[in-house]
Amino acid sequence: MTRLNSNARHAVRFTLNGKPVEAEAEPRMLLSDFLRHQLGATGTHVGCEHGVCGACTVIVDGMLTRSCLTLAAQVDGCEIRTVEGLAPSADRLGVLQQAFRRNHALQCGFCTAGILMSLDHYLGENPAPTEAGIRDLLSGHLCRCTGYTPIIQAALEAAAQLASPTKETSDA
Amino acid sequence: MKPAAFDYLRAATTSEALEALAQQGGDARVLAGGQSLMAMLNMRLAKPKLLVDIMRIKELRRIERQKDAVVIGASVRQAELLAWPALAEALPLVALALPWVGHMQTRSRGTVCGSLAHADPSAEMPLTLVALGGEVLLRSAKRRRRVAAKDFFAGMMLTARADDELIEGISLPIARDGRFAFREVARRHGDFAIVACAAMKTSSGVRLAVGGVADVPTARDWPRLDGTALDDALNAFAYELGARDDVHATARYRRDLVRMIGRDLIGEVLQ
Ligand code: FES
Ligand code: FES
Repeated sequence: MTRLNSNARHAVRFTLNGKPVEAEAEPRMLLSDFLRHQLGATGTHVGCEHGVCGACTVIVDGMLTRSCLTLAAQVDGCEIRTVEGLAPSADRLGVLQQAFRRNHALQCGFCTAGILMSLDHYLGENPAPTEAGIRDLLSGHLCRCTGYTPIIQAALEAAAQLASPTKETSDA
Repeated sequence: MKPAAFDYLRAATTSEALEALAQQGGDARVLAGGQSLMAMLNMRLAKPKLLVDIMRIKELRRIERQKDAVVIGASVRQAELLAWPALAEALPLVALALPWVGHMQTRSRGTVCGSLAHADPSAEMPLTLVALGGEVLLRSAKRRRRVAAKDFFAGMMLTARADDELIEGISLPIARDGRFAFREVARRHGDFAIVACAAMKTSSGVRLAVGGVADVPTARDWPRLDGTALDDALNAFAYELGARDDVHATARYRRDLVRMIGRDLIGEVLQ
């Protein structure tokens, strides 16, 4: 049993994109705020803070997770993946990210980190996705710019490319 | 929107959680997947002094098939139940309704029992529990009891659970030869239902359960009915549910949905 007192800060440790991290948090601190404010990982965005918009979606122990509906204290010891972990290196985008760029699947980009995490997870489990499946997944996200169509296009294109990993098609 | 301050307790065993609930009573809230409670905390609609996190209690993470029922523990996530290989055969109505609960991104974290504890009148899991005539397994430091679905929901977001009790799990009867149907109308897939209906064939006829209209999901049994007798029964039921106008839909629209979906689903399960 672990009991954390409300008016003190407590150490929270987990793995973020493969690297161990540690910082302090009050019990009430949301994972979204912990990532952004305590760890400086501001790729994860915060829109509604009540689980509706999907901007804050990250992956905790292989589960899609609204980081605004999760306490930092809850994920102590877990493995967390965020948008910062998607690119294979600092100067190269991943296949899904490249497809987003080619298809103009982002405009202001506010929703993008969350949608990328959802799609990355989904394409990993469904290597041959249907448009209907992707639409169902995207119902968990709000995007006020793109109208979703280019996002679906990008997802299908990325899936096709991942299924036949032949050659690079972009220098993005 | 940030939650007000609370102590956080990560329980390792059920007895630790029960002990905390016994001591703190109404000032404590049980945290499972957090998909309803965390939003309430963020909006400060709930300001508990203590959160009891039950997700690391191993004995609550179980889906257990018994002779006539399936017991689903308090920390079983909705996505885990959806992935249970026997779901469609043992609990076909759950297999139909569960994909309507929230979104993939919330089912991955939200628990089956958490949705019941939250008791939103338009949520799918409470409706399913009532339709199937399941039971809620409650436990406090002192005793255990089983409460029938229809007695568990006491009003909008109110249940029969006492402050010192934990929902240990639920028990759902295994389908025999039954036929089941489920349908929901919402603004978008994943939003709360304006009206959700579940129908099943019973030994004496048919049962229709409706969520999103009255304060609690409500089931009604009829002998085999058709034609105008069925229309009349559905119309009377639709009025009895006491629909109200709100920003999502008018009372009249809700009654229309009960009459039309009810008729369709009953036709489906009786054909
Ligand atoms: S910020 Fe988390 S879902 Fe909107
Ligand atoms: S790109 Fe602006 S909200 Fe989606």
